[in-house]
Amino acid sequence: MHHQSLSELSSHLQQRSFSSEELTHYFLRRINQYDAQLNSFITVTPETALAQARAADKCLQTGTAGPLTGIPIAHKDIFCTNGIKTSCGSKMLDHFVAPYNATVVEKCQAAGLVMLGKTNMDEFAMGSSNESSFYGPVINPWDSKAVPGGSSGGSAAAVAARLTPVATGTDTGGSIRQPAALCNLTGLKPTYGLVSRYGMIAFASSLDQGGPLAKSAQDVALLLNAMAGFDPRDSTSLNRPGEDYTAQLNNSLVGLNVGLPKEFFSDGLDPEVGKLLQNAISELESAGAILHDIELPHTALAVPVYYIIAPAECSSNLSRFDGVRFGYRCHEPKDLMDLFKRSRGEGFGAEVKRRIMIGTYALSAGYYDAYYLKAQQIRRLLTQDFKNAFQQVDVILGPTSPTPAFNLGERVDDPLKMYLSDIYTLSVNLAGLPGLSLPAGFVGTRPCGMQLIGNYFSEARLLNIAHQYQLRTDWHRASPKQFVD
Amino acid sequence: MSLQRQEVEKIAHLARIALSEQDIPEYTRNLSNILTLVEEMNTVNTNGITPMAHPLEAIARLRPDVVTEGNQRDHFQQIAPQVESGFYLVPKVIE
Repeated sequence: MHHQSLSELSSHLQQRSFSSEELTHYFLRRINQYDAQLNSFITVTPETALAQARAADKCLQTGTAGPLTGIPIAHKDIFCTNGIKTSCGSKMLDHFVAPYNATVVEKCQAAGLVMLGKTNMDEFAMGSSNESSFYGPVINPWDSKAVPGGSSGGSAAAVAARLTPVATGTDTGGSIRQPAALCNLTGLKPTYGLVSRYGMIAFASSLDQGGPLAKSAQDVALLLNAMAGFDPRDSTSLNRPGEDYTAQLNNSLVGLNVGLPKEFFSDGLDPEVGKLLQNAISELESAGAILHDIELPHTALAVPVYYIIAPAECSSNLSRFDGVRFGYRCHEPKDLMDLFKRSRGEGFGAEVKRRIMIGTYALSAGYYDAYYLKAQQIRRLLTQDFKNAFQQVDVILGPTSPTPAFNLGERVDDPLKMYLSDIYTLSVNLAGLPGLSLPAGFVGTRPCGMQLIGNYFSEARLLNIAHQYQLRTDWHRASPKQFVD
Repeated sequence: MSLQRQEVEKIAHLARIALSEQDIPEYTRNLSNILTLVEEMNTVNTNGITPMAHPLEAIARLRPDVVTEGNQRDHFQQIAPQVESGFYLVPKVIE
């Protein structure tokens, strides 16, 4: 049952082969059985899940069910859930019970999805390994010595181990795509503004986007249908007509122009990952795609630019955590300044404090032009690189991550090394483009991903390419041995 | 770029973050390394390039100036660390 696609599960539910309540019990049992090994959930919500499942069963009985009604889902613990703890992976919000729902949560609920719980993540989504979580690291289901990637590491591990059929994540610099790659999943970061950020705890507001993590491109398309759409409560939400992201899945790839940026296949790329990508490229070529060598000359600058812009925005966003209105408060503050400083000093972990401090420095008097303004200027150059490329090609293909999953603990003491694992994903957020990662094979026991980057609003096309690739290959069907039964 | 200890203390103060004495050297080292990494930006000539604040160049959407949310003070104060009679409590500010 746990290996079935969303559409298979849906047709079983529609035909009453099993009820949503039975399906929900089934996945709750799997979480119970396996999650002690993975730590992929921060909170499991059996009561809510079963109540939602029973409501879904009523819809299924009365014929008012949609394509996702009754299917279980897990939400990254960055999405506010009314009456349910929303920790964002931080001690700061360890006791925070959100007083309202994120739009994404509401939309999933309206689509009849059943929430199993909230998944583990890097603290405030800052990290690439899920090791910065206050609740401890998540283990990669493919290899217990490996990280699952981050920041949506709990969502990725939970779907990979088949503890949930699908999950939500968020991506500020690669936080959906990199864990998808490291856990053998398909994950999509949509165009900036497509998915509402209302109730999604903010890290870097001009970069953050929510999106799906799933077993296949088809499943991603189905969940994106539920997640996307204009939201008047998010001032950066785009008001454009809705779209069916499954509509183009079966289109042919004949004549598709694929750009291969030379900067994505250079020195930093692990040669084994490079080989897997060459095989994937050949596969697309045999499906009719036409390959083009292209250049994205400012690629290397994405890391420095990101590590100014994201911390600058984070230092502003996280100033709301002051120990006064919600969240952690230190014991016996001696005055107001002490209350602010100790609540933040004790409530935030090391990586979050580093980023707030870098952002504070970059925005402080006398440094603003040299850092923030300069970074925003180069951001335009990076975006222009993509615009030039899309004059020539329909889609850009490269690795998602330069290496397979690294070992737990390996990069924890070296933030810079950690930052470099997002070298191929950061520029996509800076430009606001959609990016998708899909399974492309294994190096030893560890999965690797291929990244497709499209022009603005080309999600349906990216999913089409990924789906056609998945019709020709089996990588995405592989699941970790230990959790197969 | 290498930060001095005093600079890190000043940044921590601006960010309203208490750092313990023993952690300051590590923050000094890590923050210096990050600032060295971002120095690479200086290799690019950006004269005349307009900074890009929004990926899609969108401008803030305006809405009619009408009330859309009712007062939910009691609901929101349920999650506050310390409240009394509808007020958030903090240590005494004015003696």
